[in-house]
Amino acid sequence: MVLSHAITRLPDEQIAPLIAHYDAAVRARRRHTLIMFGVIAVCTVLAAWMGEVKPDVFFAHADRLPNYFWSITPVLHWNTLGADLSEWYWNLDHWLKLLLDTILIAYLGTLIGAIGGFCLCFLASANLVKSPWIRLGARRFLEFCRTVPELVFALLFVVAFGLGPLPGVLALAIHTMGALGKLFAEVVENIDMKPVEGATASGASWLTTVRFAVVPQVLSNFASYGLLRFEINVREASIMGFVGAGGIGQDLVEAIRKFYYSDVSAILLLIIAAVMIIDLVTEQVRHRLLGFGAQR
Amino acid sequence: MSRARIHLSGDERARLAAAHPHLVAPPINTRVRVGMIIAVFAGIAAFGFWQLGFNFDRLGSGIAQLAHFVTLMMPPDPGTQLPLYMHALGETLAIAFLGTLGGAIVAFPFGFLAAKNVIPNIFAHFAVRRVLDTVRGVDRLIWALIYVTVVGLGPFAGILAIATASFAELGKLFSEAVEALDRKPVEGVVSTGGSPVEAVRFGMLPQVLPVLASQLLYYFESNARQSTIVGIVGAGGLGLHLAEQIRVLEWQKVSFLVLMMLIMVAVIDFISSRLRFAIIGKSRIG
Repeated sequence: MVLSHAITRLPDEQIAPLIAHYDAAVRARRRHTLIMFGVIAVCTVLAAWMGEVKPDVFFAHADRLPNYFWSITPVLHWNTLGADLSEWYWNLDHWLKLLLDTILIAYLGTLIGAIGGFCLCFLASANLVKSPWIRLGARRFLEFCRTVPELVFALLFVVAFGLGPLPGVLALAIHTMGALGKLFAEVVENIDMKPVEGATASGASWLTTVRFAVVPQVLSNFASYGLLRFEINVREASIMGFVGAGGIGQDLVEAIRKFYYSDVSAILLLIIAAVMIIDLVTEQVRHRLLGFGAQR
Repeated sequence: MSRARIHLSGDERARLAAAHPHLVAPPINTRVRVGMIIAVFAGIAAFGFWQLGFNFDRLGSGIAQLAHFVTLMMPPDPGTQLPLYMHALGETLAIAFLGTLGGAIVAFPFGFLAAKNVIPNIFAHFAVRRVLDTVRGVDRLIWALIYVTVVGLGPFAGILAIATASFAELGKLFSEAVEALDRKPVEGVVSTGGSPVEAVRFGMLPQVLPVLASQLLYYFESNARQSTIVGIVGAGGLGLHLAEQIRVLEWQKVSFLVLMMLIMVAVIDFISSRLRFAIIGKSRIG
């Protein structure tokens, strides 16, 4: 037997149909890609027409955006840094109080929403509730709560409850209940069913089963989702003030509308800093929670 | 076969409980810890209620008023404004579509720049990530408000706001997708003499494109929800009419607009989940 390193090559008449097949496959893929781009292009043109996009106007005034960000940048000189900073953050005490309000709105909204979601998630789980009416009812209700945007609830509640943080908290709570209820129900549907069977076999009622067989399994996941939601809600709470539902949004909207340029950047930076700090802290806590849950 | 049933009398149960106390009641440490955690949560909540000046009388009267509003909302009725609302619906869809597309186009290169395995320079990708984080820290409604002051009222401000917010979030997701991909195709391209650009084009792109496309569709769903509210600050779409009708207390129109939102979101969810499944399914076969 002759060892050869040459790659064996099929005779031409055998290769030809293979090459043709390959070319056809490549052509079919190209055609698919082209059709997809065509559809996207048509949708873009339609959407641009609907959305009143005027590129010529946009490019004629394209300098406005960087100009705006340039204007909101505070004037800081190295020599007079302290004075400049205190002038930039002239209203710091008030803003910090509003920021605290914002975080508390997020906290209360998350807490009340999580309690509501906790109560409803067991009713929405297929492995615990056999009656389709209760289950589907709970699911549709949760879906409604999370599909209507928070801000729409906030607008409604501001009319019903009056201006202030109360409508903000309620709006966040309802949306959180919908979002967390769904996530919680998914966790509950993935539990190990053996403890449930054990509790049922020893004659436990439905509530006792949930308390002793389900809750211990899901609690750390619930806490992790709750913290994640808290992060989101801090962001959402910062805009509740736009419709008069409390928090720092009220001052921000005023600063933007009345062109108090340096105030805009001061408040924005405060919000970004608060959001980042809370993100970092909750991330640490979540990692520890999930690690702790896995060890047990 | 007969089943044995165990009946415990009261004193037998007490004897068992005394023999195995940890099975009947959790240890005291756990109880104290749980109690403390609950106390901390409740304490912060009480502080929150006090700091925010909660008035429970107002809660009661507000709920009564809300119930009254709900009765006034039935049945949903657009009045004579149906064409206007359909136009607003079109605007909302346009904002969601162009916002997602625009954000994705800008985020695409950033996804590669922020990935550790494409740009090994730690400062470069750290800087890109912090930029994305900062943009992400600002809610899209704040962006909408800023763009309204920059480009004026109308859906275009909404498109820019949604695009900016999606850019930051998609940039992060894209970079995570790029970091999670398989090194082997890239090594294959490099070993046959491909340049770094060719390694990205033939080694990375075919792997990440289906993931990106499915994330993009997911964002389109979420942006369809968000684009309904940018109108509240004057950036076009359904939210503009919704805020207006709530202010003038036209409850039947309000409920009709909310119904339009719900139907639009449900239809978009249905279509995009189909598309997403098609994309992922196709990539698995091919």
